[in-house]
Amino acid sequence: MSRVGKIARRSFLVGAVAAAGGVAFGVWRYKTPYRNPLLSGLNDGEAALTPYVLIRPDGITLITPRADKGQGAYQVQAMLLAEELDVTLDQIAVDPGPPDVAYWNRALADEAAAFLAPGGGFGEQVAGSVVSAGAKFLGLQITGGSTTTPDGFDKLRAAGASARETLKAAAAAQAGVAASELTTRDGAVILPDGTTLPYTELAAGAADLDPVTDVALRPASEWRLIGKPTPRLDMVAKSTGTQDYGIDVHLPGMVHATVLLNPAIGGALGSYDTAETFKIRGVQSVVEISGGLGIVADNTWRAMEGAKAIVASWPDGPLPRSMEAHWQALSDSFTEDTQDSRKRDDGDMDAALGAGDVIEAEYRAPYLAHAPLEPVNATVRVDDDAIEIWTGTQIPRNVLTNVSGITGVSEDDITLHVQMIGGSFGHRLEDMVVRHATEIAMQMKGTPVKLTYSREEDMTHEFPRQIAMARMRGAVREGRVEAFDLGIAMPSVIVSQMGRQGLSVPGPDSQIVAGAFEQPFSVPHHRVTGYRAPPLAPISSWRSVGASTNGFFYNTGLDELIHAAGADPMEERLRLCDDALARGVLEAVAEMSDWSGPNPADGVGRGVAFTKSFGVPCAEVIEVETTEAGLKLTRAWVAAEVGTVVDPLNFENQVAGGVIFGLGHAMNCELTYADGRAEQTNFDTFQGLRLYQAPAIEVRGLENGDKVLGVGEPPVPPAAPALAAAIFAATGTRLREMPFSKFVEFA
Amino acid sequence: MQLTIDGTDHEIEVEDAMPLLWVLRDVLGKTGVKYGCGIAQCGACTVHIDGEAVRSCQVAAGDVWGPVTTIHGLGNPETRHAVQQAWIETQVAQCGYCQSGQIMQAAALLSETPDPSDEDIDDAMSGNLCRCGAYPRIRAAVKVAAAKLKEA
Repeated sequence: MSRVGKIARRSFLVGAVAAAGGVAFGVWRYKTPYRNPLLSGLNDGEAALTPYVLIRPDGITLITPRADKGQGAYQVQAMLLAEELDVTLDQIAVDPGPPDVAYWNRALADEAAAFLAPGGGFGEQVAGSVVSAGAKFLGLQITGGSTTTPDGFDKLRAAGASARETLKAAAAAQAGVAASELTTRDGAVILPDGTTLPYTELAAGAADLDPVTDVALRPASEWRLIGKPTPRLDMVAKSTGTQDYGIDVHLPGMVHATVLLNPAIGGALGSYDTAETFKIRGVQSVVEISGGLGIVADNTWRAMEGAKAIVASWPDGPLPRSMEAHWQALSDSFTEDTQDSRKRDDGDMDAALGAGDVIEAEYRAPYLAHAPLEPVNATVRVDDDAIEIWTGTQIPRNVLTNVSGITGVSEDDITLHVQMIGGSFGHRLEDMVVRHATEIAMQMKGTPVKLTYSREEDMTHEFPRQIAMARMRGAVREGRVEAFDLGIAMPSVIVSQMGRQGLSVPGPDSQIVAGAFEQPFSVPHHRVTGYRAPPLAPISSWRSVGASTNGFFYNTGLDELIHAAGADPMEERLRLCDDALARGVLEAVAEMSDWSGPNPADGVGRGVAFTKSFGVPCAEVIEVETTEAGLKLTRAWVAAEVGTVVDPLNFENQVAGGVIFGLGHAMNCELTYADGRAEQTNFDTFQGLRLYQAPAIEVRGLENGDKVLGVGEPPVPPAAPALAAAIFAATGTRLREMPFSKFVEFA
Repeated sequence: MQLTIDGTDHEIEVEDAMPLLWVLRDVLGKTGVKYGCGIAQCGACTVHIDGEAVRSCQVAAGDVWGPVTTIHGLGNPETRHAVQQAWIETQVAQCGYCQSGQIMQAAALLSETPDPSDEDIDDAMSGNLCRCGAYPRIRAAVKVAAAKLKEA
């Protein structure tokens, strides 16, 4: 178990949130406005040099507070620290550390950016109220919005450098030489005579020193790790079944629990009969929890069998009775009264559309489950005045606050051990499972309760991707796109998600138009309007959030206009593109795919799409072939501009995985509700993409920009529209609604 | 009931109907075997019985017909099976939750079909869901593993 996690967590007041540092004249002043949370648990001979570097006589631990859900967050954080600390990755352990305000996410809070307001020239138009409310939530220790790399790129390197210089100072004092005469390598300080002093032996001396805070970060030409493909620290464990996830937690005396929740979303607990449940071997108790029942047994399967045996009568929930009603609510939202934002309004749209033929279309994107493969789980032990929690989460500080609220136990007396996560895609930004585990554990104090949702309960009680609808009107002239008016309606993801964390979010929600309003295309008359649909199903951030639907709407709308103009979809995008970095990724995929138009051969269709999301311009070309068995995805080419590719290996995995994630859901998936109940509850009806449908994918990272950006989300939005365009090229069928398998057959 | 698991005989006293998955995970602590769906749709629980890849969530403990091999019996961090080594060299895993099942499925494929075609790989591996989309590297790793097994 995490040794760092046992360090008592200290409470801090979240006051004015000051910047954690700044670069001046090439020198980074490393400082944190918060107390180093690691200092409170140290023994003699141990040093916590910054909140990120813990050195003990028996080893070096790097604290990697952003959650790892498969995206390699631990690895990238460790690489950035190790780059300046001068340790090799086989010399260190990583630990997510305690939940602490010292680990707040500057990239999210400062810019609110990647998450709430996509950058790229329009950020200043974002309403301040949403940003500040968002910062209050997101500025806490959160993983999301592709921010781990941008948040950590300077901060973690500086932390590594500060720790290194402090260790050198300790060595200088010990050896009686000037620090300037010392060098560092592979976890040791090297004296002028060649003697090596391992960091682990210098920890005691370093702990007594004031940390060295004025450090120069090394130029890119001196990087040893950044930019090099780096084998993952967790790869051996994940290939041998020895990587423990939250679902694998085992504690002495632990009981196993599952839940049976009202299948009507948001519905209350009704009447129930447990007579048959208690006939099942090993079932110990059935307890009432929020929205349903917790079933406790001596084994997970017995708890799940116990849940199945309960005869319950559930009250209706608040959701509309049919999907038609959900869509109608969106359709009814395209009004002036429900206009949420108009962040783009170039030219004179009314005049442009009044002048001649108007091209119109409507697009739809369904609810989607996140459905990571590890079902949500949490292990909780509640004692009278202390609580211990083991769970994988992207919002550790909120978990503490919420459990404190449920139990009345002070946050100071709650210990959270953050676990490795078996996939998330945004799912672990929600913490309902911790609430349920806590509610069960409160009713059996002193006993650790491991709660595992069944797949069916997990998918039923998803907080899915938003449902969304768009309406496009446009005009073309002389072979060019002249006017492009896009209206997008959806409920607010941010309001729904933050509402569950007790925050109200006034003002426009820029995610309603993210991936559309800020796109770098200079159509002479160009307007993007967001419409706020009423709350429907509770929704949450799904990999790439608003852009996951809007990238499809924007690109498909643009494609319809380009087609009407008789132009080539690649050439017209390049002609309209007004941003050099965006142009770079379009040119890259054109070159990689040897683009020669949408129909390079008989029976072959190609589509191109581009979305800038989370600050990252990303272009994709998808190729399909018509076969007797249906449409076959053959190849995909992707280019993304991230400033600096920290780890090319992980970059390729994130990008290819993002493309597959985008494709699979666009092709095969929707989450629908009937009588307020989810109709897809397992992978038989929510398939995602399977291996046989995955195309070969070629990935290129571009490094022309100044900003270092993360790439977990940006490859998702262009995948669906590039595929739709390829299908149009191959078949002449214009797909305006996902999932595409409702309209065409895939091989 | 007597079960032979990863080369060790176990006397296990559970209901006949308990799926092998939960015997492995909750009774024997073999947590490398993963629960993902419970209905044979994801393949995360794949183990070998008598060398054949099966979904352990669908095999009742009372019906186990031969010796069981899990990811832990296939190899371990120090002594890796060729497929595990291929997975590591190819850097397949992202979240990694499905990979025990993927590796067991691939090992069974290669013991039947030492030199699989692309189509063989698609056919054999498509029952194993990877939500992170590591499929390109899974395809590559199966071929790396095939080469390793031929050398051995």
